[in-house]
Amino acid sequence: MQIIKDKQIVDDSWSFVADDAELKSGDISVSLARWKEDKQQLLKSNGKIGVRIGPADSVEDIAADLNDIQLIELDFPAFADGRIFSHAWLLRGRYNYQGEIRATGHFMRDQVYYLSRVGVNAFSLEKTEDLPVALSSLNDFSVNYQKSIR
Amino acid sequence: MYQYNDIDQTLIEQRVAQFRRQTESFLKGHISDDQFRALRLMNGVYIQTHAPMLRIAGPYGLLNAKQIRKLAHIARTYDKNYCHFTTRQNIQFNWPQLEKIPDILEELASVQMHAIQTSGNCLRNTSSDHLAGVCIDEIEDPRPYCEIIRQWTTLHPEFAYLPRKFKIAVSGAKLDRAATQFHDIGLHLVNNDAGEIGFRVLVGGGLGRTPIIGQVIKPFLDKKHLLSYLEAILRIYNLFGRRDNKYKARIKILVKESGMEKFSELVEKEWLLIKDDLELPLDRIEAVKAQFAPPAYQTNAAQDASFALHQLENSAFATWVKYNTADHKIAGYRAAFISLKAPDSPPGDMTDTQLDAVADLADQYSFGEIRSTHRQNLILADVKQADLFPLWQQLDALKLATANIGTATDMICCPGLDFCSLANASSISVAKEINDALDDLDYLHDIGDVKINMSGCMNGCAHQSVGHIGILGVDKKGAEWYQLTLGGSSENEAAIGERLGPAVAKDQVTHAVTTILDVYIKQRLDDESFLDMVKRVGINPFKEQVYANN
Repeated sequence: MQIIKDKQIVDDSWSFVADDAELKSGDISVSLARWKEDKQQLLKSNGKIGVRIGPADSVEDIAADLNDIQLIELDFPAFADGRIFSHAWLLRGRYNYQGEIRATGHFMRDQVYYLSRVGVNAFSLEKTEDLPVALSSLNDFSVNYQKSIR
Repeated sequence: MYQYNDIDQTLIEQRVAQFRRQTESFLKGHISDDQFRALRLMNGVYIQTHAPMLRIAGPYGLLNAKQIRKLAHIARTYDKNYCHFTTRQNIQFNWPQLEKIPDILEELASVQMHAIQTSGNCLRNTSSDHLAGVCIDEIEDPRPYCEIIRQWTTLHPEFAYLPRKFKIAVSGAKLDRAATQFHDIGLHLVNNDAGEIGFRVLVGGGLGRTPIIGQVIKPFLDKKHLLSYLEAILRIYNLFGRRDNKYKARIKILVKESGMEKFSELVEKEWLLIKDDLELPLDRIEAVKAQFAPPAYQTNAAQDASFALHQLENSAFATWVKYNTADHKIAGYRAAFISLKAPDSPPGDMTDTQLDAVADLADQYSFGEIRSTHRQNLILADVKQADLFPLWQQLDALKLATANIGTATDMICCPGLDFCSLANASSISVAKEINDALDDLDYLHDIGDVKINMSGCMNGCAHQSVGHIGILGVDKKGAEWYQLTLGGSSENEAAIGERLGPAVAKDQVTHAVTTILDVYIKQRLDDESFLDMVKRVGINPFKEQVYANN
């Protein structure tokens, strides 16, 4: 599976482990609830760890753990749920998170530009054939009225 | 007025290109109805009863002659020769073809106009006082701050998918002419005890289904903190505003459900964390202010004697001056209203011919600028008194000089069932009937200041809940009925109208309105206004007469 990361189409090494599935080796991401529950076990695993956050989650809840987390997935249940945009801004702007922030789930190609401006640097699209157009959408505008987060 | 620089121009041109691409994707079936709906709304495109409707931004109501001519051209080329001015100082076209909208946007971009964020669940066009910069009761001109907010809101990446629409209004005068107490955020320029000017910030006001008067969240905000404070409110709203029910998603519900104390605590906490990074530098404020510098007024304009003479000789002109012009801060100048409420024309509508003619009049008499008002009229804000007579003659010939500003026929009216897919009942035809019944100007002027607002559904686009007389169209088993309210106001002493009684049938609305006005004429004290009388006597005297035969 391929994704966009740092303005390039690259192969993806991560896999998401559902709450009811066994943890596995390699780079895995889990839900925020799972992270809280199995934190100690996850920290001992051999791969990198990511946490998936939904719109209703609070970013503050993992602020103290950010050094242990290499990937944060911001998961859109529906494209119109704009809380994700504030979560991204808070992760970068308030908590100075330096790892990968990836948009996942049901978002649109037309949102990647705004997402990139609030700090999202990776995009996992529903259809991989949309990756090239989504990549080009990162350049929809060359000027802005507001500061970008990074 | 503000002139675009290269950044402004580039941004709107790139937005046109983006929307052209989005429209093409939709027409080819590459994106879903649902997705395109969100995208088109953020560019002012609704799908209406007959055709798409395109809403164009009138930034804080300010337009120049070139822009008005462009609207005329669009009306002729892409629409049915007219356009409509809205209560939030925007402009609507009712008949464009979807595939032509990118071309219209390109035309608009050529005169520094756009349709960005004129609808959708995002930060909308900022509205303001239509007499900004010229009125006699001004603390400071709000327009530079409106422009700063316009830029900040435009394509804001974090706040493009809010729980619901978000409207900001700014007033810089003692009398609130911008209905700021009924906006998601209302900003008032005020003096503090030290004599400095800053903003009183109100939050959580709104009309629609649940009309609520905004509350003060910050009594005095230093100007340099304007954008950080807005950002703090928006971030709290974006994170915590309800998304489960679109009728409970406006910020007014969040404020109401959390309580003002809790809500303002959240905002304050957020604001303290960001305020130092988002300061508005004084030189930036000054640079924008410079774009709103006063025009080259003639210093001897007040010496003209013809103005007084024409009023003595021509009573129709004198009446027009009395009702359709307003005091100006410069001696010898007045602001002249262009009434878009002629008896035989839908409220707020203007033809291409009228638009072109008004553009010429603006060039000739008012430094090439035109403003649109919250009550759906236009203003030439800087007219020398010597020019008022020829201006009136020309407006009269264009049917734009009905001397009814601030009177019962200066109705705010939504497009209603005739155009809008949300409407339950028609409003334009009812407005016409009321207009016909009040065709005696002497009677109308005797009644004086009465604001009638009429909406064709409870979304309340015509602000019926703050009309002195509010009329709301409702659907009752497939028939059009109308709910009346009395005593609403969107000015300083803001109030939500009280329901008069059961809804009346369509053919009874005009009779009800004239009955209400007759009760007022008979029972008012001396020079008591309609609104004052309603406050004094309550609704019962009106109710008794309106429902006398039931």
